[in-house]
Formats: sequence, structure tokens, C-alpha cells
Amino acid sequence: MSIDPRIVNHRRRVSRVMMTLCVTAALSALAILTSILIELLARGVGALSWAVFTQPTPPPGGHGGLSNAILGTVMMSGVAILFAAPIGVLTGTWLAEYSRTSRTAELVRFLNDTLLSAPSITIGLYVYAIVVLPTGHFSGWAGAISLALIAIPVIVRTTEDMLSLFPDHIREAAIALGMPVWRMIVRVSWRACAKGIVTGILLAVARISGETAPLLFTALNNQFTQLNMSGPMPSLPVSIFQFAMSPYRDWQELAWAGALIVSASVLLLNVAARVMAARGDR
Amino acid sequence: MNAEGLSVVATETERPLDSAGNRVPSGLGLEKPFRWLTGSAAAFVVAALGGMLVVLLVESLPALRRFGFSFLISDHWNPVTDSFGAAAPIAGTLITSVIAMAVGVPMAFGIAIFLNEICPYKLRGPIGIAIELLAAVPSIIYGMWGLFVVAPLFADHVYPVLIAWLGPIPGLGLLFQGPPYGIGMLTAGLILAIMVLPFIASVSRQVLSTVPPMLREAAYGLGATKWEVARYVLVPHARRGLLGGVMLGLGRALGETMAVTFVIGNSHRIVASLLQPGTTISATLANEFTEASGDIYLSSLVELGLILTCLTFVVLIAARLMLAQADRSMAR
Repeated sequence: MSIDPRIVNHRRRVSRVMMTLCVTAALSALAILTSILIELLARGVGALSWAVFTQPTPPPGGHGGLSNAILGTVMMSGVAILFAAPIGVLTGTWLAEYSRTSRTAELVRFLNDTLLSAPSITIGLYVYAIVVLPTGHFSGWAGAISLALIAIPVIVRTTEDMLSLFPDHIREAAIALGMPVWRMIVRVSWRACAKGIVTGILLAVARISGETAPLLFTALNNQFTQLNMSGPMPSLPVSIFQFAMSPYRDWQELAWAGALIVSASVLLLNVAARVMAARGDR
Repeated sequence: MNAEGLSVVATETERPLDSAGNRVPSGLGLEKPFRWLTGSAAAFVVAALGGMLVVLLVESLPALRRFGFSFLISDHWNPVTDSFGAAAPIAGTLITSVIAMAVGVPMAFGIAIFLNEICPYKLRGPIGIAIELLAAVPSIIYGMWGLFVVAPLFADHVYPVLIAWLGPIPGLGLLFQGPPYGIGMLTAGLILAIMVLPFIASVSRQVLSTVPPMLREAAYGLGATKWEVARYVLVPHARRGLLGGVMLGLGRALGETMAVTFVIGNSHRIVASLLQPGTTISATLANEFTEASGDIYLSSLVELGLILTCLTFVVLIAARLMLAQADRSMAR
């Protein structure tokens, strides 16, 4: 029996075309990433100056920097992580150590995964309704709470994933030596998974420090330096949004400077988290 | 007993003993509080999400009562006369997401197949990380990139060509009409495609890598080409997981706010042309919420948020169910 060479050639050609398309898809994704990075560097570096870090945001037509916005982002993200890290780590611990396969655990896991990909703008709406409306004004606290609600699911997921990779026989060994379960968790499980858990927290910081949508109607914005979290607070992403959409040239330049700062910090945090996770594997 | 054992006993004599003479572990009293602490953290997560739906529903009640079902089908959005209909933003959200999926899904599958089948081993790690970094870029950066780089490029080079070539075609041409602004549904959809790409690609890559190597080798042994192996062995075997990844991406596309807000143009009209400004639910919220005055206006915006939340939750829940099923069928 002989095979018609035309069919073989046709199949080979189809395969080659499809594989070329796959390579093209990967190359275009890389090209897009490169284009974004180049654009950020080309427009952002030129706009960076000391004034960006030392002066507050300008009034229309004036000169200024982003110092108050940077401070606002650092403060709100910091407070958000102080809320989110304990709640996230404890929930992850409950899932991985206490109630692995129970119905309730399945429910918590499911809701957490849903919250993980919930649109961040609706979280802003939610916090507006439960914090801004009752207190009567926009505030840095409201901003921090909405960021915390975004960070918690990230931390829960990584904590649970890390703890469930930790082998049970070591847990059993600790308990056989007479350790109470809680002490086994704190001294054995958490210690063994510390790097993984910190990686999750770093990823959560990276995620919330670039978030804009949930801050629009919780922290709002503020043209001045604001140390009191109970008033409207500026943040880097919201300032970028405001300045990029404005018609003024120097405002747009400030937006690019801010964009460069945000992306650089977010990407650095991601790389740091990856390096840490890779070391933890060893 | 040797000297070492004796010294241990000597230093531990303070500890209480139980009836059998064994040492009672210290810290037993904290057992319940610690368990309770972790459990209440978990309860908080449940309450946070459950509370979200309830709160959004309560806040949108005034609009629900006033407009009822017509909110979904009317495209009148007029803050001056306090009459609101959400058809335009809902249509915008769906249209941009469809464009995003139509472009993003094939590309993401292509990338996953590339990384699993073609790419040299040494490059798989770095390229995989680079594509995952695309997911880490904050959405506002995509928005700025879209507004300052993509939109001018499209206005000058892409939209005029589309209008000239596809515009005259009867039927299909309706999608490509009007002046080439460079911003609109198509640009927003394409930016969304780029944003969901890394999510779908990384799930697909994981799912494809769980296909047993024997299946792949058997197909190659029968003389199948690379494409045939991917198309007739890998994809069918991993279809549930792949679909789960796609739904996850769709959930992201529906709710994405900042990137869309920059390039959608914010116009509350429904037009057939993909090249004209429109709006989405999330862009409407971002643009109008802080400036909204009057209870019914605010309530209508919250109802928009509620619709978006329900829409994404249905999609995300479907995604999770499919991924869980895929996990189970892999484990078998």
C-alpha cells in the first residue's frame, strides 16, 4: 500500500502554517511587552526629576510633582496590607490545616477564588456603600479597605497553596513529639512555608499598588499632601489617570513619570517575589 | 538512665504531669482560641463577599423600583431628566469582551502550544515569565499605552484602511463606518485582548502540560504532525481546563475598568460601527460616579455595578466549575 505524497505534503504544510502562527502569537506578545516598556522608558525617564518626588501635585497650569500621590499610595497600600496579611494568612491556614476537605472549606475556597477575580471597580462601589456613605466623606481609610479586600484573596490562595505542599508526615512527627496543633502550625508549618507566604504578600502588594479603579470613589483624590487618613487622599494611579486624561502637556508628562514609577515598582516586586519563590524551592 | 537523660528530667521538673505520669504539653489552652481565630478570618472572607452582593442590591433598590426591567433595554442615559437605561453600557461591555475573546483566545492557545511543543527548553522559562509579566502590568498602564500609542497609530493607519476596505461591503460594512477617531469599541476590545492573553495562556499552558506524555508519543508514533497532535490529542484531552481558562479571561475582560476607560470614548449611544466611541459598565462607573448628583443617578450607577458583578460572578463560577471538573478528570 502506498501513501499519496500529496496528502502527506498537505498535512505537513498545514502543520507548518499553524506552528508558524503559534510562534507569531508568542512573538507578538513579547513585542507588545517590549513596546510598553520602551514607551514607558522613553516618555517616563525624560519626565522624571527631583521635583517629581519632592513637590506635591500642581494646580491647573502650575508646576509640581507627585510627592503627595506617592506618599498616599504608600500609606494606603501599607495600611491595606496590615489589614489583609493577618486575615489572609489565617484564612489560608484554616483552609490548609484545619478543614481541608469539609463542605465549609470548599465554600470558602470557592468564594475566595471568585473574590480573587472580581472586578476591582465593584469593590470600590461596595466600599463606597459601606464606608463612604455612613461616614459621609471620602477617606484614605476607605481606600485602604478597598485595597485590603483586593489583597486578601491573593494572600489566602498563596498561603493555602504553600501550606498544602508541605508534607503531612512532618506535621505528624511534630504532633507525635507532643506539640499542640496550634504550636505545630506556628513553629513547623508556617516556618517551613515562610518564604512562600511572604511571596504571596509581596504579590498582593504588587497587585494593589497599581490599582486605580477601587480608589476612584473611596479615597478620591487630593491636591495637597495628606497625612490624615480620614480625609480624601491622593494616590499615584488616580493622579496618573487625572493627568493623562488632561489636555495640558506638562500634566501628561507627569502622568508618564508616575506611570514609570508605578510600573517599575510593580515589576520589581514581581521579580522579587519570583526570586524568593525560586529560592524557597531549593 | 544515662546522665544526659537525667539532666533533661532535672530541667523539666517544673512541667505538670498527667495521671499516667507523662508530661503535659504546654500551650494546650491556646488550642481552641487559635482554631477559632483562623476560623473567624475565614468567616470574614465569606461575609465580605456575601455582603458585597447584599449591599449593592440594597443601594440599587431605588433605581430598580423606578425603572424596573426597562433599565436593561432602554438606552436613554440622561442625568438632567433623571431617566436612566443601561442598554448602551451593557452592550459595550459585551461587544468589547467578545472582541477581546475573539482575538485573545486563539493567540493565548497559540502561545500555550508554542511554549509546550515548539519552544526550545532553555527559552521556555524566560518566555513564560515575560508573558506572565504582561499580567502584572497595572491596567492603568495599558490605558495610557492605548491612548497615547495605539489610538494615534490606529487613527492614522488602521481605521482608515478598515473603513476604505470593509466599509463598502454590504452588511459587514456597517461595523466599519464613520470618522477614524482611533478610539472606540475596537481599540478597547484589542487592548482587553492583550490584557486577558497572559491569564488564558498561563492556564492553558498548565492544562496542556498535564496531558500524559504517552498520548502525545503515541500520536507522533502514528505519524501525526505537530499541528495534528495539538489539534486532535492535546486540545480535546484538555478541553475542560482550556474552557475554564477562557471563562476566567472572559471574567477579567467584562470587569476591566481603567484600560477601557482611556480608549472607549465614553458615549452613551448604541451604534453599529465598532470604530465609534461607546461605553462599558465599568467605564461609565469610573467616569461618572464621583460626579453623580442625586439619589436616583447614584442608585442607577450602583445598579450598573450590580449587573456587572452578577455577570462576572456567573462567568467566574462557570470557570471554576470547569477547572475543578478538569482537575478531577486528570486525577482519574
